[in-house]
Amino acid sequence: MPRERTYQTEAIILRRRNWGEADRILTLFTPQRGKIRVRAVGVRKPASRKAGHLELFHRATVFLARGRDFDIVTQAETVESFSRLRDDLVRSAAASYAAELLDRLAPEELENQDAYRLIVQTLEALCTDGNIALALRCYDLKLLDSMGYRPELSLCTVGGEAIQAEDQFFSPARGGVVCPRCANRTEGRYPVSLTALKVLRHIQRSPLADAFRLRVRTATLDELEPVLQHYIQYLLESPLRSRKYFSEVSRMQGGGEV
Amino acid sequence: MTLPKPVSRLIEEFQRLPGIGPKTASRLAYHLLRVPEEQASTLGQLLLDLRAQTRFCSVCFNITDTATDPCAVCRDPQRDGSLLCVVEAPLDVQAIEHSQGFKGRYHVLHGAISPVEGIGPENLKICELVERVRVGEIREVILATNPSMEGEATAMYIHRQLQGLPVRVTRLARGLPVGGDLEYADETTLFRAIEGRSEM
Repeated sequence: MPRERTYQTEAIILRRRNWGEADRILTLFTPQRGKIRVRAVGVRKPASRKAGHLELFHRATVFLARGRDFDIVTQAETVESFSRLRDDLVRSAAASYAAELLDRLAPEELENQDAYRLIVQTLEALCTDGNIALALRCYDLKLLDSMGYRPELSLCTVGGEAIQAEDQFFSPARGGVVCPRCANRTEGRYPVSLTALKVLRHIQRSPLADAFRLRVRTATLDELEPVLQHYIQYLLESPLRSRKYFSEVSRMQGGGEV
Repeated sequence: MTLPKPVSRLIEEFQRLPGIGPKTASRLAYHLLRVPEEQASTLGQLLLDLRAQTRFCSVCFNITDTATDPCAVCRDPQRDGSLLCVVEAPLDVQAIEHSQGFKGRYHVLHGAISPVEGIGPENLKICELVERVRVGEIREVILATNPSMEGEATAMYIHRQLQGLPVRVTRLARGLPVGGDLEYADETTLFRAIEGRSEM
């Protein structure tokens, strides 16, 4: 890409923190430049014309000027505000989870158009009446895929043979399933039922839009969550901070009041 | 060239302050070398007092001086104890006080829920708020967290925690800023402004 002084890109706002008097440093995810950090000057003042367009999780068109440390946002316009995320505690927590995972997995300044489409589609899905937990598991799998961490779900990652129709194990360190025969000589493995494994494979094979519409029992989704989280935590070397918050607000929603 | 240790240490410390880079830090340090001795020592003393002579008010968690707890606002009998305004930071209390439009009391959360940054409900003064509402004379809780994603999430979370208690929970109105320009307003703000329009 030629280094013009200014450029325009679409972006999802993943993170932001206050900077100086009234500025913010934003972490954006863009289709062509991947994850970038930019500076939005003056956006904490109420009369800022950019502020409302640079809210967390917004999809916006931003105009940027190259700066020394950070590129500077000169204009911004909302493409999609995902307003339902703002009115619903569980949905907003799910969006936090999605944003944190992408921020942690994506290297800076590396084009990844698949990941961009994925985060957009996932935020859209979180604004529909669909199953939130399912949307997040689809997102987990597809994002791992696009970042080069696709889990192996068809062959045993120790012995190499095809997986049989029986309950299996998952090894984060090996990045895939381990069959019951190899499990004894594999450290750090977690059981995964045949049903759960089938759902994982199905999501991995299906286009995202179809995967979001799968019918999966809550118990199976509850089983998938820790399996994928063990793998993600292994890759990131520390837990995702939004995970705990998401499960807490989900529980509150479930009726278990205070 | 190596700087004398007292100078370089001060520059380092200045750099850790929000919004201060290496150049500004050096400028401030050299400035303090030039000012009258007295001015520099007053500043030093004030910095010590800042921490030694202030504390959080045990009722509202705003900053107060160590001798006055509960703080002046919490003690003031002229204020309406049934009205409670919940804000993110002590500076927000100041802003609302400047507006002179509010005569109730405050509760300072010291932040907003931001899971990505590692700030969960347990890091804020939310339990204390619920307890205060549960025992107290409060009839209305005004959630005055910022109209940002984090502020909204915090407001929703608190609203949920207060469910079942005999208290009215309200949220600050959201709309167009004074001196703003309609054509530059984002869709969310405009939508809220239309939603929350009022009779003339």
